[in-house]
Amino acid sequence: MKTKSKLLSAPYTVWMTIFIVLPMLLVAWFALTDRQGNFTLENILSVGQYSNVFLRSIWLGAVATFISLLMGYPLAYLISKMGEKRQSVMVMLVMLPMWMNFLLRTYAWMTLLEDNGLINSALRAMGLPGVHMINTAGAVVLGMVYNYIPYMILPIYSVLTKIDRSVIEAAEDLGANSRQVFLKVVVPMSMPGIISGVTMVFVPAVSTFIISKMLGGGGNLLIGDLIDMQFLGSAYNPNLGSAISLVLMVIILICMGIMNQFDDGEPGEGGVLL
Amino acid sequence: MKKAGGRLYTFLVFLFLYAPILVLIVFSFNDTETASRTVWSGFSLKWYEKLFEDRLILEALRNTLLIAVVAAAASTVLGTVAAIGINSMKRLPRRVMMNITNFPMVNPEIVTGVSLMLLFVFAVGLFGGRSLGMGSLFAAHITFCLPYVILSVLPKLRQMDPNLYEAAQDLGCPPVKAFFKVVLPEIMPGVVTGMIMAFTLSIDDFVISYFTSGTTQTLPIYIYSMTRKRVSPEINALSTVLFAVVMALLIVVNVRQGRARRAGKEDA
Repeated sequence: MKTKSKLLSAPYTVWMTIFIVLPMLLVAWFALTDRQGNFTLENILSVGQYSNVFLRSIWLGAVATFISLLMGYPLAYLISKMGEKRQSVMVMLVMLPMWMNFLLRTYAWMTLLEDNGLINSALRAMGLPGVHMINTAGAVVLGMVYNYIPYMILPIYSVLTKIDRSVIEAAEDLGANSRQVFLKVVVPMSMPGIISGVTMVFVPAVSTFIISKMLGGGGNLLIGDLIDMQFLGSAYNPNLGSAISLVLMVIILICMGIMNQFDDGEPGEGGVLL
Repeated sequence: MKKAGGRLYTFLVFLFLYAPILVLIVFSFNDTETASRTVWSGFSLKWYEKLFEDRLILEALRNTLLIAVVAAAASTVLGTVAAIGINSMKRLPRRVMMNITNFPMVNPEIVTGVSLMLLFVFAVGLFGGRSLGMGSLFAAHITFCLPYVILSVLPKLRQMDPNLYEAAQDLGCPPVKAFFKVVLPEIMPGVVTGMIMAFTLSIDDFVISYFTSGTTQTLPIYIYSMTRKRVSPEINALSTVLFAVVMALLIVVNVRQGRARRAGKEDA
């Protein structure tokens, strides 16, 4: 079986070379050439002009990731403590919104947050002054948390259910109170889940362009919007767009490298945030 | 006390997750003439009627389903075969293959999208032919579905006893027949999971389709243009229909799994 079946992956290798490796090389090539095809570093260098957009994306993505962790961890923990049957219902309830297209989920928040939206109408009906919420950075963070929090809850939950009960009992027998058990045993042991949750929220949050477009108005441009503009938008410039994509990939690789550091070493508090 | 706090917290998070969806659903039944999305003026099904008369939506739906079926079928066959190949590799080549497989899952979707767009535009420049459209959508969807198929088939292959296949051959079974009679039934759960994942990912995909579709409409792309251009409760009606379909599917799957689990317990 062994020798011949190696060849079975040949079509896949060819496919991935054409549709994954080659496109990435094209991105690199476009990033390093000008419109005439001559080598240049200008695209990469001019990405620096957009450092504020990059910082905003990373900042908003990090805040959204942190909030998702703060909100998602307790829920994952509570679910993991429930009976078997309720657990599977709860997990299904966490997953269900994910199955609805994220454009529709984000659109739902538009109708809630608008100046004449439901929340403001409700506030006014109670005689309170309205609050401007749509087209703010806060609305973008809210959209990110709403869309990606299931990706935080599910991996943490699945790690928590695998923790050996006897380890917790051992800690209790050795005199740890419930807080110590949680902070010194449960949290460190759930670190792999936290790390994959953080990655799975942070990567799409940093690179989104729909949420910022729909909930952030024009004033909260993110890296994704910048890339979109270079390829399909008004500022058509695939060379610059490729350079921005390349920088985005490098940033995410660096972030994931930092994250993986926490997997082995002592997990520090707050260290989950970049 | 502690328990009540936990319940309240769970309730609040689920309220956060479901309130927007509920609002969407409620307002899909709103009988309003104007674009006002938030004033209730009576019950009506007219947005559902409009939805099912909208030829563009139906065409987008047809495209979406066609792409999902083709992408799921192609990536399942290609991915399952590849997983068998990868499983029999030595350590180093296997690591290389796994890195290539993991890459599109870690890479931001938008970068995958624009890189594929560059590829298709570049290929048209070189070889001619039609630019972005159904063809590029098929290729793009197969590409991003493949890793999920491989990652759900590989664990099943690893659990399988390799002697089974050899035993079948020793007993005179030709390799292809041995694959269908021995290997495939063993890894079937992984293959089915991979196919379902591929299908749903393909239906739901917006970002990669957005960059590789040209003027072809899929449902998510159509939804996007709806949210951008005009405000119509039709979109609420569409959300409600989709939500109902997904919920029904999930309940069916869950009930079946529950039954399978119970049956498994009784066997043991």
